[in-house]
Amino acid sequence: MTPSTPPSLLECSGRLEALLAAGRGAGADLVEVFLERTDHLGLLAEQDILTSVSPAFGIGAGIRVFLGARDGFVSTNDLSDAALFSALDQALGMLGLERNGAAKQRFEGLKPLRDYAAAKGDWLQRCPVLQEASSRLLEGTDLLQRHGRHLQVRRGSYARDWQEVLVAASDGTHAHDVRLHQSVGLNVLAADGEHRASLGRRYGTTDQPDELRLWDADAAARDVCDSAGTMLYADYVEAGQMPAVLANRFGGVIFHEACGHLLETTQVERGTTPFAEKVGEPIAHEAVTAIDEGLSSGAFGSLSMDDEGMEPQRTVLIENGVLKRFLSDRAGELRTGHPRTGSGRRQNHGFAAASRMRNTYIAAGPHSPEQLIASVDRGLYCKSMGGGSVGPTGQFNFAVEEGYLIENGTLTRPVKGATLIGEAKEVMPRISMCANDLELAAGFCGSVSGSIFVTVGQPHIKVDSITVGGR
Amino acid sequence: MAVSTLNADHLRADLERLARQQGIRQWDLGASCSTDTSVQVDRGEAKQMKGAQRSAITVRVWNDAGLVGVTSTSDLSESGLTRALSGAHDASAFGNAADTPAFSPLATAPLQPRDQRLHEPQSILQLLQTLKDAEQQLLSRHGAIDTVPYNGLAQRSSELLYLNSEGACRHQALTTASLYLYARAEEAGRKPRSGGAVRLAYGADTLDIAGCIDEAAERTISHLDYAPINTGHYTCVFSPEAFLDLIGAFSSLFNARAVLDGVSLSSRESLGQRLAVPFLNIDDNSLHPGNIGASTFDGEGTPTSRLSLVQAGILSNFLHSEATARAFGVSPTGHAGMGAKVSVGADYFEIGPAGAEAGGCGQLGLDLNQASSPLVLIDSLSALHAGVKASQGAFSLPFDGWLIQGGERRSIEAATVAGDIRTVLNSLIGFEGQAKVTPDGVCPHVWVDGLSITGEA
Repeated sequence: MTPSTPPSLLECSGRLEALLAAGRGAGADLVEVFLERTDHLGLLAEQDILTSVSPAFGIGAGIRVFLGARDGFVSTNDLSDAALFSALDQALGMLGLERNGAAKQRFEGLKPLRDYAAAKGDWLQRCPVLQEASSRLLEGTDLLQRHGRHLQVRRGSYARDWQEVLVAASDGTHAHDVRLHQSVGLNVLAADGEHRASLGRRYGTTDQPDELRLWDADAAARDVCDSAGTMLYADYVEAGQMPAVLANRFGGVIFHEACGHLLETTQVERGTTPFAEKVGEPIAHEAVTAIDEGLSSGAFGSLSMDDEGMEPQRTVLIENGVLKRFLSDRAGELRTGHPRTGSGRRQNHGFAAASRMRNTYIAAGPHSPEQLIASVDRGLYCKSMGGGSVGPTGQFNFAVEEGYLIENGTLTRPVKGATLIGEAKEVMPRISMCANDLELAAGFCGSVSGSIFVTVGQPHIKVDSITVGGR
Repeated sequence: MAVSTLNADHLRADLERLARQQGIRQWDLGASCSTDTSVQVDRGEAKQMKGAQRSAITVRVWNDAGLVGVTSTSDLSESGLTRALSGAHDASAFGNAADTPAFSPLATAPLQPRDQRLHEPQSILQLLQTLKDAEQQLLSRHGAIDTVPYNGLAQRSSELLYLNSEGACRHQALTTASLYLYARAEEAGRKPRSGGAVRLAYGADTLDIAGCIDEAAERTISHLDYAPINTGHYTCVFSPEAFLDLIGAFSSLFNARAVLDGVSLSSRESLGQRLAVPFLNIDDNSLHPGNIGASTFDGEGTPTSRLSLVQAGILSNFLHSEATARAFGVSPTGHAGMGAKVSVGADYFEIGPAGAEAGGCGQLGLDLNQASSPLVLIDSLSALHAGVKASQGAFSLPFDGWLIQGGERRSIEAATVAGDIRTVLNSLIGFEGQAKVTPDGVCPHVWVDGLSITGEA
């Protein structure tokens, strides 16, 4: 077991042509190779001590072979010729193909390289070194101590993920990129007698080596401490059906979970989206326009190219309530007919790409946030959201991290323990008002092709009625 | 495809030589490699077939000041190992002097024997045919079952290795296989419903495929007739899987790392204190035969074993790594990961009655089909990652289940269950039926008094 490590993935291009030619020669309709190198750094600071430094680096390849609508996919950590051809043979064998005799299909060669990494060569070196990164993180936990009360636990975490990718396919696709994601988070556990509250915030950017240097640690610490101080003595929310106003930024997780996943062609393929035959028809309130794109500068879900080598697009999913498009990847286009949108994404070489969201948000509307709150007699204001998920029948759920009651059009007392549940088909027509304060927030999304960096976002929105689980 | 193997002797020789070159005297290493094949199908056609060869190592080194650094990589070439050692050495300059791990004193202790016979892998085309047949059988069980949107049949051959510079050497080879079937059913004018099942085994040839089909079909069909439930407080009966999920989500109660970090509801003083009703026992038992694919040693080389966590309602032990055990003055328990800050985690819960001599069994003869008042049977919990606040004890979780009234069972359309884990543990009414062996542990049905259910009625 002695895999060879290339000094740069670009040096593999010549070898990949032979691989692609062999796959085509065996009769494959299309062969795609995804190579990657990664370099990760994770830091954890607790109270005023750096408690974990976790560097990691890796290499790998994913080889995908298509025949008709079927595909076989094999991944390996070994980038030697022998291992790559072995992986190709295994993928071909899954489709009943093998390399022998005369070539059944021709390979015309790779197109000229599209090198998105050309201007990114020094990004890793420009990121903060360990000493600087740990100092910034400890500054964050110190600021938590200064701004917070009753804090039993103070934590700061930082992750830097650098990835070099090379995509080559037998249709000539030949693209190279470097991605840089950095995120920094602050978490606290506040405790006072029987009262406890745990809260956190995470901030993340793409392709900005100076991210940690530019991070406003003071504002972040104040934000977390303010929320923790409020929620420490909050009562549990009373369960029931009620209107809800969801704040901007991470409130956008409702659209991500309730609707976004159902607009991926992977869901069309599975028959698990209620919207499969609804293009051109209203599926949401006319107040709702929703977009997914990979273009916003610095946003966590932005890309120069997707994991199939395609440049990302700005995809209008819903316009004034009417379904316009699905998010599609190569397999999605092949199997559902929806054209690719530059949305083929994967966690790493161990996953085949699938249609996934990038930066997904509801567009700004005409109202002020105050108008939304004022329109509710009795309901829930969700200032900060936790995570969520969507099931195979379109049922979604997500947790409210920081909530307040709305009574007679005014925010009153804080409440905790709320979970919002519903079905996309039912809740989308109930988003009746959108405010004018669109903001985005970084997040992570786990699905068929692993955990990926995404952005969610929205302005303040009002949902006329939703089930609030509580006590 | 060539199957990679971990050669402990070669790896040790390489590490010793490279460490010497870098002036590193103390190190340890955890390594794994695996070869996987898996298939998914969609209405009789292959949807995706996958293969994977993975390898990974984590190296820890102790510098001259005794501080620890760590680096992980999937690159097992000489240059990869060299870089991993030097990265770990660099990271050790930032090691935590207040909490430095050491080698486990049990890293060379005898391992418990386990019956984990290695199975020959099946060809991927065999796996494909097996899964196609299973899907077809599931689709034929009821006219409303239109797809099996989530399905997969996978097999894995893997090896684990632990080495340290004092001569410890742990090695384990394993084969495992898994099958999951998650069906979707829809009747005219009604909402789609779903249900599924999972099976694990040491080889694809010994998977309980028929049982998986039966269970997935039964679950899915049982949710076709559904109705909303009124919001209120109900006596709830947790299925073994649901209760194991709930206890697992709050396993920081038993986790010494979480206790030391201040994020557990337990404290050092909690040991010996009452946590639950006196008729509840909770053990962590990695060695249980139902724990398919269990490791015989943890990330620090400590043998895995059975450990009592709650004995007759009393918190009896915590799960430990080497460092937490040293802080508590006890022996490591075989629950460590590997890292600069070593994580601690549970393996496989065994939950059940403590027995009459220890404080009673709760109510006897419980039978949800004979209950006089309405019951909510919670079959499976969702979104535990979002709806559990482990450090607060609170949960609010969507679930699939049934309302049982007068012996009639009707699926609940959509609902959440909410509460506090400490209240739950002290509100147990009793257990029903025999303990069920599941992929996550062993548990009977568990009756709990007065939980808050939010429905859409």
